[in-house]
Amino acid sequence: MPRRLGLRVVALGYLSVILLAPLAMVFYRTFEHGLEPVWQALSDPDTLHAFRVTLIAAAIAVPLNTAFGVLCALAIVRRRFRGKGLLNAFIDLPLAVSPVVIGLALFLLYAPRGGWFGNWLSNHGFQVLFAMPAIVLATIFVSVPFVAREVIPILRELGNEQEQAAGTLGATRWQRFRLITLPSIRWAVIYGVILTTARCLGEYGAVAVVSGRIEGRTETATTRIDDLIQNFQTSGGYAIAVVLAVIAVLVLVLMTLTKPKEASV
Amino acid sequence: MVLPIAALVWEAKKTGARGFWQVVSSPEAVGALKLTFAAAFVVVGINAVLGTITAWVLVRDDFRGKSLVNSVIDLPFALPTIVAGLTLLTLYGPNSPVGIDVAFTRTAIVLALCFVTLPFVIRTVQPVLIELDVEMEEAARSLGAGRFTVFRRIVLPNILPGILSGSVLALARALGEIGAIVLVAGSTLHTEVASVFIFNVIQDGEPAQASAVAIVLLGAAFVLLLAVGALRFYATRHERA
Repeated sequence: MPRRLGLRVVALGYLSVILLAPLAMVFYRTFEHGLEPVWQALSDPDTLHAFRVTLIAAAIAVPLNTAFGVLCALAIVRRRFRGKGLLNAFIDLPLAVSPVVIGLALFLLYAPRGGWFGNWLSNHGFQVLFAMPAIVLATIFVSVPFVAREVIPILRELGNEQEQAAGTLGATRWQRFRLITLPSIRWAVIYGVILTTARCLGEYGAVAVVSGRIEGRTETATTRIDDLIQNFQTSGGYAIAVVLAVIAVLVLVLMTLTKPKEASV
Repeated sequence: MVLPIAALVWEAKKTGARGFWQVVSSPEAVGALKLTFAAAFVVVGINAVLGTITAWVLVRDDFRGKSLVNSVIDLPFALPTIVAGLTLLTLYGPNSPVGIDVAFTRTAIVLALCFVTLPFVIRTVQPVLIELDVEMEEAARSLGAGRFTVFRRIVLPNILPGILSGSVLALARALGEIGAIVLVAGSTLHTEVASVFIFNVIQDGEPAQASAVAIVLLGAAFVLLLAVGALRFYATRHERA
């Protein structure tokens, strides 16, 4: 059928031009001169440190946001309270607002001079801005919605008859959660965790504002790519980009394997 | 989460309505905001059309490697935006192997935004198309409706809420994007979008000015979130009745 073929060509052509060809090109440019320069670029101490910063931030943000996301989803679906609609809308905010705006908001809160908390904290010897805590906070902020977004529709569909039944049989609240709710939302949680992790590792805008991007200290993997490319150290930038791209492909594989049927965007 | 946002609003309020207006109406800010909204709308238009086509192909068409293509759609969600920008710079930048160099032009902004907003419309239209009964279309065809009429009168009304909510999400994303843009479009006078403008102004040590423009983006984000909510409400009107 010619029309069908035409649409197929349009769709696949668009995907190739926008997604696949550019990605393939980065891989080609990275390995153009073999593995040696890539390895060298990646063993640069500042680059290693940047990866470490990114991993630490993700290691803190992912578990926190998983717990928070499940709690929020439970609260939104199961409870009635004032401001529920507001909470529901607020959770989505990091998806809709620019990461730079989030970065600026944190900046204003923790700026050592004039920030709401910044004054007090710097008087007590804590530096938040341009240091690890700010990077962690920014990473947490931008990755808040994912777990809750995935769990909410599943919880809605689930209903709570089973839990009520367990309750009448004497199960405690924790038992009901662990034995009934958790197994049913497990895949949605896992899917949300994958999305959260991807977002944490790839965060750029908010971290770029609050981290100060000090080489070897507060640079993350993503901001280091930017700095290296801007300074014409392209091979270093490409090497980090390829590592992150490989992680992204792994994330895609995991997403495909765990995607809950009901999951929507 | 609440406190940082409150601090942002507070900082913007400190300068007062007149100060806010002065910053927001400065030529640089107006230029950046105009460019941001124009680029975002163009991109959302492109992805609404091509996203719908792609979703249709993924649901109704059949070819080898379809499930692979289906997984690839989510790549922009998984790939760090700065890497996305770098990939585009590599293929469509100064050292382009295909001879297309759009780096630091507005075309580059559109390309970058197309990349990051690609999945939204596809992922909202796809489930609706899967649910849609082919029999309705066949019935219309048997009654003599042409292909275009079938699409316009039967398919489109069904998938329109999906297209719209995907577009609104894409719009929100496009308005705030920075990572994919910085490398490929930079911050030349011509290509400074709002988020890059905010970033540069913060680097210049003027957070108060930055917060004025940030408030505009924040307001837009809130409006778009409300729009998504309203669309969801409208789309489920039959189920609620």
